[in-house]
Parts: sequence; structure tokens; C-alpha cells
Amino acid sequence: MTTLYTSDHEWLRIEGDIATIGITDYAQSQLGDVVFVELPKVGRSLKKAEAAAVVESVKAASDVYAPISGEVIEVNEAVAAEPALVNSDAGGKAWFFKLKIADKSELGGLMDEAAYAAHTA
Amino acid sequence: MSASDNSLLKQTPLHALHLARGAKMVPFAGYDMPVQYAAGVLREHLHTRIAAGLFDVSHMGQIALRPRSGKTADAALALEKLVPQDILGIPPGRQRYAQFTNADGGLLDDLMVANFGDHLFLVVNAACKTEDEAHLRAHLAGICEIDPLADRALIALQGPKAEAVLAKLCADVISMKFMDAGTRRVGDIDCFVSRSGYTGEDGFEISVPADKAEALVTALLDNGDVLPIGLGARDSLRLEAGLCLYGHDIDTTTTPVEGALEWSVQKVRRGGGARAGGFPGADNILSQFAQGAARRRVGLRPEGRAPVREGAGLFADAASSGQIGRVTSGGFGPSLNAPVAMGYVPTSLSAIGTTVFAEVRGQRLPLKVAATPFVPNTYKR
Repeated sequence: MTTLYTSDHEWLRIEGDIATIGITDYAQSQLGDVVFVELPKVGRSLKKAEAAAVVESVKAASDVYAPISGEVIEVNEAVAAEPALVNSDAGGKAWFFKLKIADKSELGGLMDEAAYAAHTA
Repeated sequence: MSASDNSLLKQTPLHALHLARGAKMVPFAGYDMPVQYAAGVLREHLHTRIAAGLFDVSHMGQIALRPRSGKTADAALALEKLVPQDILGIPPGRQRYAQFTNADGGLLDDLMVANFGDHLFLVVNAACKTEDEAHLRAHLAGICEIDPLADRALIALQGPKAEAVLAKLCADVISMKFMDAGTRRVGDIDCFVSRSGYTGEDGFEISVPADKAEALVTALLDNGDVLPIGLGARDSLRLEAGLCLYGHDIDTTTTPVEGALEWSVQKVRRGGGARAGGFPGADNILSQFAQGAARRRVGLRPEGRAPVREGAGLFADAASSGQIGRVTSGGFGPSLNAPVAMGYVPTSLSAIGTTVFAEVRGQRLPLKVAATPFVPNTYKR
């Protein structure tokens, strides 16, 4: 299992050909109190960089982009029901959706933990 | 605005205190202002509703209108040439909500007017204060000295514990009622205090000499019931209270009737009143009072969980192509734990309970026209 990051502050946990995607703790700290999460529909085919989900704080709405291409195979209904999970456990319970990875070569453009730490430093 | 431009932003007398208390600062109306502190918008909002919140609103304009004749009635009658409110009828020690109108009956700004006995005291919006001052000079300079009080800070203390907190420094505030206003000694500082605010809660606005502002705010924040509150929660609090934000919910294209502010225009200035009309745009505004306006500002409650934000188009049904209105303020109401909004709809669709639709990310979401305030106000009348 590998965890990768995007410059848009999303994380991907890679297990075989499945990627679980969420936003980073840094992202939630910048957003503030999250009050609404909208998830993609299961079965939707996402292209890399396409708007896939929405996360809203009291003040503003932000898009969550598909970090890689793939088909949505599962979404986290718990985070839609309890958006505050994003603030309390961004890297864990507050995952957003799982993708069946379409093209593993797209993972090459993502950051590892050390590179992401440097990116947010 | 890029970070390098922050040096061009003005600072309030409380700027250093905001930084020391960990505020996240943003540009607002030309000032570097706190949008939130460490607690965050949600907790700041809820704290204000259950205890007391302290807001720096020193960016707003404070203007004294001093009658050259020495008679405050002369200043009141002069100001009535610019606003549709009964200014002459504000007793000494009282304050009233007003608007500057333009020739079409649109709103140049909204403001508070207090009668301080020998002069009038105005509080205007930060973004409009230069234009407001010029407007006053152009029309009132012969009758009043127009005195912008640039050397004063303005703070608001809001919430159910505001009275008890402020009473420790000024016992007299306990006897004040909603919209009472005047000079009070707070601790050892001469201040202007009004029992008013912009949250729907009981509370006070306090004008304090700039060089005493930090001492006063520090004394108030020393009380464990008080948290500093940023502009983020100020906006969600006023939205839940159904209060207009100038430049968003009301502007030069909206009249007091369209803006559902009829309550703020006293009968004496309406058709048939003793001092009817006589303000810019009176023809249009008084005709709307008589015949109604085509559109109206309403409160809106989205039926789902998704916030519907400023700028979203409004539609009569889920399918039709013709836009009927627009959301002018919208977001999440922490006290309601639900999204809230306001906007303009055709008057025929403005009845409470009417369903309209807002377009959000390409989808039509249902909203119900709702009574405001969304959260009952707790003013001490």
C-alpha cells in the first residue's frame, strides 16, 4: 500500500488497481469547518483533473478533482452524512471515493509523502 | 490581491491585537481584517449565540453631523433630504436604521443614525464611507459641519452574555434598550455606546478613541465568556438574522420596497405623511409603496444540505429555462445546522412556502421561500 499526494492537496491510497481518494489534513485546515460534501455517483467514469466531488466550508465551496482517471467503484456515504469527519480525520475515516485505476502510468506524476511535506512547508 | 499588495491595505487600531490573537487576515473594503481566529467560523458563530462575541468593525465610517445653527432638528431635517426615514422623530439617546437613496430610488448605502442631543452620529459601511462623506458634504455642508471621526475605533459585543460583560465596565448599560445610543463611560474611557448590532443577538456597539481601543478590547476579552469573532462568523450570524449586506442584498439597483425594508420607512415620509417624499428617488419609492414592486427580497431555505451561494440563478421550476431571480447571500447557518440564503424573486413568487429552484453546479435544487429572521432575534426591547 502506497500513499501519494497531488499539488491540489488530495491523497490517494493505492491498493492493487484501486485508489482511495481524500483531501489532506493541510487542505482541511485551510478550508475550516466543513459543512457539506458532495460525492460522485458510483459507476461514473472520471478523467484526470475532472471535478469529481465538492467540499464546502461555512464560507466557500471547493472542487475535489480526480487526481487520476478511473471508474468510481465506491463512495463514502459516512462523510456525506457527517461532513465534520473531514476536519477530524481527513486522512482516514473521511475518504471521499474509490477509483478503479484506468492508467497506472498517471501515478507517476504524483508526490510521495516527503515531496508533499516539502510542497506544504 | 496578491500578498505584496497587503502593504497598501489600511489597518484598524486593533490590527496588532488581531495578529497577536492568531487571526487569519484577509483584505476587506481596503482594510486588512480578521476573517477568523483559531476557534474557526463555526465555533465563533455558535459562541456568539450562547455567550458573547467581540467584533472589530473599525473599518466602518463614523461621522458626526453638527448643526451650524446649534439646533439638532436642523441637521435632522437636512438629512431627511437624503434618506426616506423619519430623522426628526429620533428622540435624543435613540438610534434608527436608514438608507441613502439615489434618484432612481436605489440604495447608495445603509447606515445607522443616532441622536446624541446636540448632534447626529452616523455609522456607514466601510466600502461606501468616502462616497457617503462626499454625498453629505455636497448636500448638507451649508447646514451641518460634516465631521468624519477617523480617530475612533468601533467594536461590537454581541450575544446573550454581552450585557453582563459590559456592565462590569459600565453598570449603566443594563438600563439601555434596543437602539438606545449615547455617550457612556466604559471603565475610564469615554465611549459612544448603542444597544444594537448585526447578529440578531442582544448586544452593543462601542465607539472608542483609537488610542484606547486595545485597552478596552483587552479588558473585554479578559472575561472568559468573550471570544474574538472574525468577519466569517459576522457574515453567517447576520445571514441567519435575515439582515442585509450592502453591495450584495441591497445596492444601487434595489429600492427599500424591493429590498423588503418597508418597515424602515416611517409613515411620516410615505404618501399622505406630514413630510412625505423629499428624498432622492421618492417618486419611484412612494409609487412602489402604493402599487407594489415587481420583485422582492425573500429568505430562502434550501431543502437539501447543499449551501446555495451568492450569484446562483433562481428558477420557477426544475425544468424551465427562464431565470426569475438571483441569490444575493447564501451559505451555511451554523445555528440552524442547515443552509440558508436570501435573494430576489418576482413578487408573485414571494409568498412564504413557495418553492423555487436554484442552479448549483448544473443542477436545480429546490428552496422554500421562508420568513426572516431564520433564527429569532433576542433584542432587548
